[in-house]
Amino acid sequence: MSVPLAAPPAVSADPGPLAQLRILASRVGAMCLIELQKLRRDQTELLTRAIQPALWLLIFGETFTRLRAIPTGSIPYLDYLAPGILAQSALFIAIFYGIQIIWERDAGVLAKLLVTPTPRAALVAGKAFAAGVRALVQALMVLILSAILGVGLTANPLRLLAMAVVVVLGSAFFCCLSIVIAGVVLSRERLMGIGQAITMPLFFGSNALYPVNLMPGWLKVLSHANPLSYQVDALRGLLIGTPANLGLDFGVLVGASAIAIGVASALLGRLAR
Amino acid sequence: MSDTGSPPPAVRCTGLEHSFGTTKAVDGVDLEIAPGEVFGLLGPNGAGKTTTIRMITTLLPIPAGEVSVFGLDVARRKMAVRRLIGYVPQQLSADGALTGRENVSLFARLFDVPRAERAEQVRRAIGLVGLLDDADRPAGGYSGGMIRRLELAQALVSSPRLLILDEPTIGLDPVARSAVWERISEIRAETGMTVLVTTHYMDEAEQYCDRVALMHAGRIRALGTPAELEAGLGPDSTLDDVFRSVTGDALAGEAGGMRDVRATRRTARRLG
Repeated sequence: MSVPLAAPPAVSADPGPLAQLRILASRVGAMCLIELQKLRRDQTELLTRAIQPALWLLIFGETFTRLRAIPTGSIPYLDYLAPGILAQSALFIAIFYGIQIIWERDAGVLAKLLVTPTPRAALVAGKAFAAGVRALVQALMVLILSAILGVGLTANPLRLLAMAVVVVLGSAFFCCLSIVIAGVVLSRERLMGIGQAITMPLFFGSNALYPVNLMPGWLKVLSHANPLSYQVDALRGLLIGTPANLGLDFGVLVGASAIAIGVASALLGRLAR
Repeated sequence: MSDTGSPPPAVRCTGLEHSFGTTKAVDGVDLEIAPGEVFGLLGPNGAGKTTTIRMITTLLPIPAGEVSVFGLDVARRKMAVRRLIGYVPQQLSADGALTGRENVSLFARLFDVPRAERAEQVRRAIGLVGLLDDADRPAGGYSGGMIRRLELAQALVSSPRLLILDEPTIGLDPVARSAVWERISEIRAETGMTVLVTTHYMDEAEQYCDRVALMHAGRIRALGTPAELEAGLGPDSTLDDVFRSVTGDALAGEAGGMRDVRATRRTARRLG
């Protein structure tokens, strides 16, 4: 036991803005790495989570595409639905991510992380990234299944890359929304309840299953305030080439994610009390 | 800090207070911990030990009074204070989904241990607590004592100047308890770091702490070396007797709120 530890840190001045930015970037990297290490040991769950979106496509999609009840113009309903299911599967993962934060709070993991020189935003960004990676794994499986079912998907690598970015951004937003709810209600049970209560209107109050112009006026307004609508619009435009407002979609998703990360970071300290 | 002549104390609390709703958890604590000492904060569940620790570690706001760590005002210099602290909370906080080494590496990264030294520092910290053989197994399979030692390694990898341990031996069997304490003593002897530890095991405090403070109902009721406190009460007194005389008979009755007891039981359950 003769090996000495490194010299203890000196009492230092506060770092400048540039150094702070560098610290933020390195901390986000460290938190993302740790989430990847955890996911690596969680492969069964990654796979079983893909069952639900697969069933939506297979059962709901195959039936409704034959019904022709929903007017989707020249494209088959299954094609129209596939990007919606992609967004839905990401939403369903991310919206319960706050449970993990509450678990980490109960286990003391969160308190310990908060006592390290790590900006709160880096801890939140790590979670948002992890939700995005999980969603990407599902997205891949939904895409493979869609291709098997004959959905006319793009093969353009740039479009697929943009799709991946959209999936990560959407997941990041809903993950942070979940952390915000966790920071307000501070209990797993209430978070579960609220999560379930808002998933349904978020999903059905978007353009994931049907065009927005079928909706009554008040719901149309709500669906325009729903980030999921912008995510679906972008995914549909990128994957099956429907007309999409990609600039607006990206703008809304980036803005919403940034705000959500900010609010979630501000509430993180509340969880440690 | 104005007194640049003598080195500042590792921790200084003056008039420290904190309330949860109408309950005053900490009610005017004055405390000074010298660099290099092992300081024990003792008291029954609900005495205010953990709340005091959480204010020193920047986890709780400081509504009244002042805390400084090595001369840095904790309320205003949070990030700088966090760089100096290694903290092991009461709950078992290592991540069971990660290996021992991954758990320690994370903290090396979060404390900016330079990339070139990182692997070596992680190995050293794990070696210090005697876990090298198990470093690449998921921590989920560790015993309670091993997890405590792993957490010690997580806190040590940044070479903190102040190591803060909240009930480090709660729920451990006697062998694991003394193993944890022996590691703490060895590391202190080697690095000269300051150690602040809370416990309600009087025998541990007597054996391993340089000085202790007895806390009850949010206040410090006695402060000194274990020998001083025992001598103050009369011949043949133990720290247990001092504790009883300070807390009255509160120990048996009101000690510990629901939240404390629940947290303690949860830790004990995870220790299996």
